[in-house]
Amino acid sequence: MRRTRPVVVGGISLAVAAIIFIVPFFFIFLQAVKSRSEASRLNFDLPKEWLLWDNFLAVVEARNYQLLLAYFNSTLITVFSVTILVVLSAMVGYVMQRRRSRWNGVAQVAVLIGLMMPPAVVPTIGLLQSIGLFKTMTGMVLIQVAYNLSFSTLLYRSFIGTIPRDLDGAALIDGAKPWQIFFRVVMPLLKPVTVTNIVVQSIAIFNDFTNPLYYLPGKENVTVQLTLYNFQSMYTSQYNLLFMNILLVTIPPLIVFIFFNRQIVAGMTAGGVKG
Amino acid sequence: MVEAQRPKRKSPYPLWFFLPAAIIYGVLFLVPTATSFWYSLTRWDLMTAEYIGLENFRQFFSEPFLVQGLINTLIYAVMTSGLKTIFGLLLAVLLTSNLIARGFLRTVVFFPVLVSTIGIGITFTVMMHPTRGIINVALEAIGIDGPGWLTDPALALFSVALVDLWKGVGLATLIFIAGLAAISPDYYEASRIDGATRMQQFRRITLPLVWPATVTVITLSLIGGLRSFDLIWAMTKGGPGFSSDVVASVIYKQYQAGFYGLSTAGNVILFGLIAVIMVPLTVMFNRREVEQ
Repeated sequence: MRRTRPVVVGGISLAVAAIIFIVPFFFIFLQAVKSRSEASRLNFDLPKEWLLWDNFLAVVEARNYQLLLAYFNSTLITVFSVTILVVLSAMVGYVMQRRRSRWNGVAQVAVLIGLMMPPAVVPTIGLLQSIGLFKTMTGMVLIQVAYNLSFSTLLYRSFIGTIPRDLDGAALIDGAKPWQIFFRVVMPLLKPVTVTNIVVQSIAIFNDFTNPLYYLPGKENVTVQLTLYNFQSMYTSQYNLLFMNILLVTIPPLIVFIFFNRQIVAGMTAGGVKG
Repeated sequence: MVEAQRPKRKSPYPLWFFLPAAIIYGVLFLVPTATSFWYSLTRWDLMTAEYIGLENFRQFFSEPFLVQGLINTLIYAVMTSGLKTIFGLLLAVLLTSNLIARGFLRTVVFFPVLVSTIGIGITFTVMMHPTRGIINVALEAIGIDGPGWLTDPALALFSVALVDLWKGVGLATLIFIAGLAAISPDYYEASRIDGATRMQQFRRITLPLVWPATVTVITLSLIGGLRSFDLIWAMTKGGPGFSSDVVASVIYKQYQAGFYGLSTAGNVILFGLIAVIMVPLTVMFNRREVEQ
């Protein structure tokens, strides 16, 4: 085989991909470490002084430590909604996969609608108001659960199909109750898909902008994505701080990606192929 | 051990497992979806809803900027979906071939999928600045007079769509890579012995056999494109004027303006649009596939 060709094609595509896909991230980092006047030029010059720490402090302290509050809120929403999502969608996926009943068809249609249709926002706001959950963290968590159930259920259902029925059958003969079979026997076997689910949904919910924008207004409820949006209008003359904020918001998914690359890929393709 | 002797043997897969999920999903997703059809026929301030028939829809289809939003949604969805399919397949073919730094390239192409849409939107808005943005500065250096990517009304929607492509092509690539991996190498081997060229192999083997992945990519990106809001909102807020408004941004603007009935009518129109496009498409695609 000719050995030069892969190297040449690889070299060229590497260079093109680098320019197209890496330059924007490099740009974010560069602006984030510049001084205010240097960043306002929006160019690729290296900064005279590297102000990584100063800009970091300035962003964190801005608006009375709004960013810390936002990280707290976003983390809280993500942790609670993903926990509920995982348990509830595993239960649904399990029964959908194992039992033939007339409710299966209903569940299937519900999953399909959930994957396809956007939520009706204003009626949802009206409903949340009438049950006292508008502008509350509880309301936001439940909304994230409702909107992401379809995708999680899909992942679980297809994975449970690969687990032999003999296992739940054996537990049944041993006299275990249904919920014991599920939580003690089946759930531990679902660990790979549970990890995938947690990782993929955490990123999606942490990055969600639209739903907090609609359902969680108010300064004390601010989430990470909304700080970005608020800072965009506030920092029109302070690009260095705006980009420091973008950098800080980009780091959590980067860390998750480094550790869970394989699970993310599995989740994205499995969900995709079945969807 | 004791419980096994119970007189009435219930299914080990109880239907109440559906219940908690069904309540949350039913109350917070299905109920608002169902009531939206009623509210779209009203003048509504969240307290009282006054029935006004099809007035909201009449208004939606008679205001030029609202109609524009509808057309833009279609353009945006078809364009982003088409581009992601084409570039996703090309990148997947490239990234499954034998080249150096393949793993690194896959990582680099996929990472934007996981990054905050708002962060990406702001970054590209700055890079697309008409005079100081690095894109136009770079173009100027090679003698091209760069356009006002986001300030030219004729161009703004397309510029946002390109950023959408940049952010989303990694997912399409990933799905295509999974699809390509499922094709047996025997086909390529056999056709190579028969003297097929690379182009023939691509057209006669790769394209037809990667079809299920293609369906997935088209479906996912079309739905995403029709619903898309955050990237457009972060980059142009529908502007300049209404030139890059889509139905989802119209819904938000009408909500902000306090026209809840009109906003909900927009939502119902979006349901209709997605149903009209996705249902026939899914039926058509499924006809070519074996049911699971």
